Amino acid sequence: MNFKDGLRDGIPICLGYIAVSFAFGILAVENGLTTFQAVLISLTNLTSAGQFAGLTIIAEAGTLIELALSQFIINLRYMLMSISLSQKVEEDFKGLWRWIFGFAVTDEIYAVAISHEEIKKEYFAGLTILPIFGWSLGTFLGAVLGNVLPSMISGALGVALYGMFIAIVVPVARDNRKVLIVVLMAIAISMILRYVPVFSGISGGFSIIICTLAASAAGALIFPVEEVDD
Amino acid sequence: MDYKVFLPYLLVMAVVTYLIRVIPLVLMKKKITNRFFRSFLYYVPYTVLSAMTFPAILYATDHMVSAAAAFVVAIILAIYDRSLIVVAVGACSCVFLVEMALSFL
Repeated sequence: MNFKDGLRDGIPICLGYIAVSFAFGILAVENGLTTFQAVLISLTNLTSAGQFAGLTIIAEAGTLIELALSQFIINLRYMLMSISLSQKVEEDFKGLWRWIFGFAVTDEIYAVAISHEEIKKEYFAGLTILPIFGWSLGTFLGAVLGNVLPSMISGALGVALYGMFIAIVVPVARDNRKVLIVVLMAIAISMILRYVPVFSGISGGFSIIICTLAASAAGALIFPVEEVDD
Repeated sequence: MDYKVFLPYLLVMAVVTYLIRVIPLVLMKKKITNRFFRSFLYYVPYTVLSAMTFPAILYATDHMVSAAAAFVVAIILAIYDRSLIVVAVGACSCVFLVEMALSFL
């Protein structure tokens, strides 16, 4: 798993990012930002839900505290992902490398990296480059081209990232009954938070954190893993 | 937007998001030995990806029918161990075809 393998695994993420950030670029310009400002946000934040929420607050001239709080809550899931990653990175993935590559922990990059036994820094470096580039490129294209892409195509591209998530979870859930049950619990909680009116005030980012904490804790209690092979 | 207004916003967003990602990675230098926490972390990738996918995927396209079809196609492809890119492209193609079909109805 070297740099080249990382680059290759980054291609589907990059394509998905171009599609999603295209939508962000359109929205940013509609809300009064310049193309360069939209790209600056994408280049420095590299996150979807957080940027969309942040843009809303900026457009409404919200306070900096409001902005910080929204980013903290929506992006708190990255904390769980970073803890999880820290357990799988190889010995010499440390020091400055962690300060640099910590920047690139996104849902998709995390998902692909964590599916390996051990994460080498060269692999992780390769994995992050194209997605970072794609995220900014898509934002630029969206900001410049606006709404010229037919929604049929943008809608089709919009499921690319979900397809990747499914490709990672399903084969493991198929062979491992414990993982399957824990996955079904996470989905059940996710649906309850989405459809039961009492919970309608919970943001998407926070809902993901609740599902992850509750289902993983339930899994750890009911099916403790004897020897985690990592 | 004026940069005097924009730059503080940009800085706050970027710094908060960066610190959330990097602090756990920098602080967690040792392997966790606690059995509960190890088991918990073993399940995190699957629970977080599942929670992000469902039901959100159903609202990712213009019509829920195309999204649901893509969901089923992706699961079938994944059960047969197709690669990430094949599953992703399969789901996208499925949405495109169903949306095409719907536009002719």
